Amino acid sequence: MTLTDRQQLSYIASQAADARLNVELETEGMTLNIGPQHPATHGTLRIICRLDGEQVVWAEPVAGYMHRGYEKLTEVRTFPQVTTLVNRIDWLGSFANEVPFILAAEKLMEIEAPPRAQVIRTILFELSRIANVSLFLGDLGVQMGAITPVFLAFRDREYILNLIEGATGGRFHPNFDRIGGLKDDLPKGWIEETRGAVKKLEQFCDTIDDLLFGNEIFQSRMRGIGIIPADIATDYGLSGANARASGIDWDLRRDQDIPLSYDLADWKVWTHPDGDSWARCWIRLQETRESCKIVTQLLDQIPAGPVMTKVPRIIKVPEGEAWVSTENPLGEMGYYVVSKGGLGPFRVKIRSASFNNISIVPWALKGVYVPDVITILASLYFILGDIDR
Amino acid sequence: MGLVDKSRLPAPLTKLFNMSRSYSLWVYQWGLACCAIEMGAAFGSPRYDVMRLGVIPLPASPRQADFVCVSGTVTDKMAPAVKRLWEQMPEPKYAISMGSCANCGGPYWDSYSVTKGVDQIIPIDVYVPGCPPRPEALLEGVVLLQQRIKNEDMAAKWRGDEFTTLQRTRAMEAGEVDRDGELINVPTAPTLETAQAVDSVRPEPIVVGGGPIE
Repeated sequence: MTLTDRQQLSYIASQAADARLNVELETEGMTLNIGPQHPATHGTLRIICRLDGEQVVWAEPVAGYMHRGYEKLTEVRTFPQVTTLVNRIDWLGSFANEVPFILAAEKLMEIEAPPRAQVIRTILFELSRIANVSLFLGDLGVQMGAITPVFLAFRDREYILNLIEGATGGRFHPNFDRIGGLKDDLPKGWIEETRGAVKKLEQFCDTIDDLLFGNEIFQSRMRGIGIIPADIATDYGLSGANARASGIDWDLRRDQDIPLSYDLADWKVWTHPDGDSWARCWIRLQETRESCKIVTQLLDQIPAGPVMTKVPRIIKVPEGEAWVSTENPLGEMGYYVVSKGGLGPFRVKIRSASFNNISIVPWALKGVYVPDVITILASLYFILGDIDR
Repeated sequence: MGLVDKSRLPAPLTKLFNMSRSYSLWVYQWGLACCAIEMGAAFGSPRYDVMRLGVIPLPASPRQADFVCVSGTVTDKMAPAVKRLWEQMPEPKYAISMGSCANCGGPYWDSYSVTKGVDQIIPIDVYVPGCPPRPEALLEGVVLLQQRIKNEDMAAKWRGDEFTTLQRTRAMEAGEVDRDGELINVPTAPTLETAQAVDSVRPEPIVVGGGPIE
């Protein structure tokens, strides 16, 4: 393994701190390597921890095991082809990844999707959030040795995946969003089925609330662990539920004016003042409930009309630069698209939420006990494709 | 397994052993990317439930595993770890490559950091195409792997020769092996030539859903 200069300096500093501690307590340090393949890391993240007894004195995440070179690959794809790629950034909420890119391209072309397409986009966006966070809620139990919630999560997640498959044809990676609208209209009977499935997911949330959040062991391992104050969270660029759990009332669905129909529904942005692991998980549970609410309300308000505006057969995006970010399941995700008037983008900068969310790991893990490392990592909730891209 | 090494097993015994082997497969889940979630759905969810096929998805380490399911994008940074994992597994061992990325690079065919196919690093028995494949496709891959194990000559497998019964019959007809399944004109000591000969008779990999192997 080759460390960067910054990592090496940080490591030397940690050893010096260790040495000072050892003189006082006559203990010996130990390096604990977590990953790159570890169930607690949701994929291939590696975390090097320097331990003093049971306490972590220094921790450093080593990213890059899942780096696939997205930003370079987008330069050799055309605009419609890019959605195939960006689907796979955050693989649990695939549809949510397409939307900001398509919105950025539409912004450059100065077109807007028809109202029907906007509402359907919002519904699919929220469905992918439910699919994403429900697996997080199930996975949370596994990190602490409770095996039941993950079975429940996989069972109930299938209802949502079936809906996404029914509407888009893709169970996992829909690739359904097009510049100027959507590929297709909703199939017959989809709306009724969605109502039923969302009810089941609401029940799933209640079950998890009782089973996991009401569990004494879960509470004692989560409450007061890994506290991130609001100013630190802002400094490290946390977004999404991680920021809201630190008391920052900030949600891009509500706070910015983008052509998605969140204003049609009545919903609430939850915040929590504590900033500990418990707060981060609780916020996500509440968000899943809010998403179910949004979907149920929007299903009644789908307007009639086409799902696609008039766009040229061969899409050429005019010269310019655009930045669009949306509130994805993991946090703020945005695309900075630079076009030179060609078939494909000239340069795309992808701002993914997880990369910033794990940047706080060295800070958050300092001084915690080894079993808490797993719960803190679990509650920060990152997806490796979203970190490394 | 000295007995198995030295002599040929009677056919009924081979069949019994193969059947028990194929229905107690311990799989090591090497989940890397999107496919890991579909693998989780196939192996860990009540809807698909791989345990009814006799596959146990929870070994503690690769040293206890019978086959590995490499699911997802293998990057050049991850490749040494995959290779090391494969070397840690005891023989007889099998590998399933799940998803387009592990098969051939998939949507990242022109990426600078992705290994174009895990078969460059480890020998693959079953390819499951798809991006990502449905859990049902992975289950079919598992079933096909079980069928392959059932048709294997265990003695040859333990010696390191990758012969199926059918292949050995054909090789005997062609005069390449003697009655005991030994390669004619190849020294029995494990040398580089033996390894190459073994590699050359390694059975063709299976592709779920048919189709050519590019």
